[in-house]
Amino acid sequence: MPNRPQPAFPEPNTQEYWEGVKAGELRYQTCNDCSNVVFTPRRHCDRCGGTNLATKVSKGEGEVYTYSVVRQSGMPGFREMGAYTVAYVDLDEGFRVLTSVVGAADPTKDIKIGDRVKVEFEKQDSGDYPIPVFRQV
Amino acid sequence: MEMKAQSIKAALDDAGLKWSDVDGLYDAQDGEGGGGLGLAAYLGFKPSVIDTTQVGGSSYEFQTAHAWRDITAGKCKVAVLSYGSTAASNRVAIGTGGRAAPIPTWASNMEGSYGGTLISNYAMVKNRHLHMYGSTMEQFAQISVTTRKHAMRNPEAVKAMTDLQFVGINEITVADVLDSRIIADPLHLLECCMVSDGGGALVIVSADVARDTKKKPVWIIGSGEATKYRENGGDITVSAGAQSGPIAFAEADVKPSEIDIAMIYDSFTITVATCLEDLGFAPKGQFGDLVKDGQLNFDNPYKLTLNTDGGGLSSNHPGMRGLFLLLESVRQLRGESTSQVDGAKLAVAHGNGGLLGGTHTGGTVILAKD
Repeated sequence: MPNRPQPAFPEPNTQEYWEGVKAGELRYQTCNDCSNVVFTPRRHCDRCGGTNLATKVSKGEGEVYTYSVVRQSGMPGFREMGAYTVAYVDLDEGFRVLTSVVGAADPTKDIKIGDRVKVEFEKQDSGDYPIPVFRQV
Repeated sequence: MEMKAQSIKAALDDAGLKWSDVDGLYDAQDGEGGGGLGLAAYLGFKPSVIDTTQVGGSSYEFQTAHAWRDITAGKCKVAVLSYGSTAASNRVAIGTGGRAAPIPTWASNMEGSYGGTLISNYAMVKNRHLHMYGSTMEQFAQISVTTRKHAMRNPEAVKAMTDLQFVGINEITVADVLDSRIIADPLHLLECCMVSDGGGALVIVSADVARDTKKKPVWIIGSGEATKYRENGGDITVSAGAQSGPIAFAEADVKPSEIDIAMIYDSFTITVATCLEDLGFAPKGQFGDLVKDGQLNFDNPYKLTLNTDGGGLSSNHPGMRGLFLLLESVRQLRGESTSQVDGAKLAVAHGNGGLLGGTHTGGTVILAKD
């Protein structure tokens, strides 16, 4: 099993997001005042400054906006992984996440910008939180 | 800090000014015990203005804008900006190492689980640029080729490449770049800047002080500052330069087509490509037509010339390169560059700090010959 770095708390902006991940949900926020989609999670709307936000659950489906395959990494937990992806995925609800696209046999060839992907919650060797990653559909 | 002190002394000597003339201190809060508090004490300055703007590699373009503003407002007359880093000696893996967050933050909690390196962040911008505009690997490689050509003419760049044990210290071809190994798709090794040591200083003075300096001054005629970050639905091929550039050009009342020297922050080829476009030197997505066939080489008759010191790609990149963009712009406008462009009158120094595909800043400074 992978052993990705875990989020750490206390960190008030992202607590609710990660509680969602633990419950198998990809959560995002919308602003009740101006209907802006708010992501990365925080406690105010980045368009109007309002604090009246609603938490919603995404269907977890979207497309690859862009990605890179990391061939050289000095980061613990990744150094040994071989080539791995980092990607921006645009969710259908209108927010963009930094994530990884997993499951491609050869990530240098088998992933394209625009590919449809779906979230999955990847179990980790250690730590309380699975990590949301995306797989091509 | 020692490097800063030595650089400041050399820059003041170059201008014919004294240590005690300094009344404005600008510092990016880097290095041991630096910042406005520690550095003033170490240097022995009693400045009336202290500015510690830290916005990554473009901090020096921001600070230049602030020094110009502060001098114009009469708050100081002789401002110094300085930088010193031993990133190479300390074996700092800027591009491929992790960015550890000792205290969890908003950003680290959302991004730390994915192993994104600094290089992969820029690589994602290049990938999107290739996809959106049909730009080619060859076009990106041409930026490295032009930069290396200039580096080979600069003895300090050759020394840096020698010290860092570069394989093949010579001019390179597009094929060389594309044959170099991929660090993070689609960025090749020869599209990535080096990690070196380095330092420097810049003196910015009021017009009345400039009248009596030992060397002819170069004039700041425009500046712009901006930030950009990841936004839902945003276009990551557009950098903060799209905001800072037009502000600077409007203030300077010049057009991109009038510029002789473009000193563009070349952390990676993609940084140069997006910034050239965003500053208005080429339509969005079409930097390839601008850089093709060595058009931006110093000895090419085409008006614009790029990164004549050899850039971060081939001369130095100790972590925050913004100061060197200004220094080489000054050299060009004084006729002192190792790849001198005859009759260079106008230069743009454009710094990009942070992560091009994430949160970053753009600082644009336009300089004119005396």
